[in-house]
Amino acid sequence: MASNLRHVTAPLVQNNPVTLQILGICSALAVTTSLSTALVMSMALTVVLCLASATISLIRNHIPNVIRLIVQIIIIASLVIVIDELLQAYAFEISRQLSIFVGLIVTNCLVMGRAEAFAMRNPVWPSVLDGLGNGLGYSLVLIIVGSIRELLGAGTLLGYTILTPASQGGWFVPLGLMQLAPSAFFIIGLLVWAIRSHWVGQVETPKFSLKLQRSRG
Amino acid sequence: MLNPLNLWRGFLARPNDDHIKVFGVALLVAMISAAFVSTAAVALKPLQDAHLEAERAARMAQMLDTLPGLRAVMEEAGVDTLETRVVDLATGAFVPDIDPADYDVQAAASDPEQSTAIPPDVDVAGLRRRADYALVHLLERDGALLLIVLPVEGTGYQSTIRAMLALEPDLNTIAALTITEQGETPGIGARVEDAAWLALWPGRQVADEDGNIVISVVRGTATGPYQVDAISGATVTSNGVANMLRYWLGDHGYGPFLDRLTTEGL
Repeated sequence: MASNLRHVTAPLVQNNPVTLQILGICSALAVTTSLSTALVMSMALTVVLCLASATISLIRNHIPNVIRLIVQIIIIASLVIVIDELLQAYAFEISRQLSIFVGLIVTNCLVMGRAEAFAMRNPVWPSVLDGLGNGLGYSLVLIIVGSIRELLGAGTLLGYTILTPASQGGWFVPLGLMQLAPSAFFIIGLLVWAIRSHWVGQVETPKFSLKLQRSRG
Repeated sequence: MLNPLNLWRGFLARPNDDHIKVFGVALLVAMISAAFVSTAAVALKPLQDAHLEAERAARMAQMLDTLPGLRAVMEEAGVDTLETRVVDLATGAFVPDIDPADYDVQAAASDPEQSTAIPPDVDVAGLRRRADYALVHLLERDGALLLIVLPVEGTGYQSTIRAMLALEPDLNTIAALTITEQGETPGIGARVEDAAWLALWPGRQVADEDGNIVISVVRGTATGPYQVDAISGATVTSNGVANMLRYWLGDHGYGPFLDRLTTEGL
């Protein structure tokens, strides 16, 4: 049991899919303008990841190798469409804000990556836990980035005003940049820096290095 | 002898690179997934449609609320929403035999059978095609028009902007403008939805005395009844809104319909 739990805890920080494996960056940029969209996207991705891992792991011994990627994509795509339909039916406002990005979970490298790397080779229960762990790791990054962007960009969290903007008599001037996609890059970059300063083992050795030339004479 | 269970076991026992197994697994996965997806889509359709309808109604109600005194008039007339009619844009006549509830303008606009290509020289809104028919919303009392709401759309900086334009009975003065859909840059072009900017539109005139459509968005300070201030930093989006009005109120848009309304009434 303890060894199974490792599948959940390892991807949270140390083997985080976003900050270490740099997967799922595209959606992490797009849906983190506010905390509520980040939360819903996190939930949608975690659910898809767990269900996809379970299904693929269940039939892994009968998936022919030549068509394994297609089978994986069909399973993931079906799950994503159903989640998207559910959101449109029960969380209409949020599905409007997430727009195309729920659909794009299909192409999220994270889901395909876990299916191919883990669920194809492991029994159902560890696969579900692995999906859950990676989903939570992704969620953690999205929630951090979403909170920072919403707080600094609009002065609110989950729509509640935390910092009163100057236009309404407060002292806080909203940082427009935080509402734009590049700010997510900066925040994720800073997160990667912080994590790698703490766990030095994550720092990759450079593939190339510049040769220092001494000038003579 | 042909026991289905044995057949199934035999199928599963085949090696994974066997052709029958490859086709069989592909077929099974596809069938099961298709059944799963279609069940969900069909079962949830009524809920989704209700949301879309509610959103449309809410936008309309929101716009009606911005018009001073309109609610009182509506209460007097005993209606709680506007009447929707289908209009043939080419002739400007009402099309009574199509139920507005069944007509999907956006689907029609992308169907070559039900839409018209816009000549490039009049396509200031950058739409390329438009549906042959449009849905207009109007409020009348005793045969006299009190307000007309025209759906319009056009290209902004990076998205299609859809809006509702309400005109006074003179069909030239803007009563209200509301944006129903846009995907402009957050914090910049998306301010097109701000109530403060939309509040600049009511009272503006669309066409001058000779009937030329002159409404425009200007940088700096707007002067006269035909100009509106641009959103600073979002000139392209602001111009997109003005161009959208120029196209839709022009001869290729609602022009024939508005002319007919002026000469023949409802």
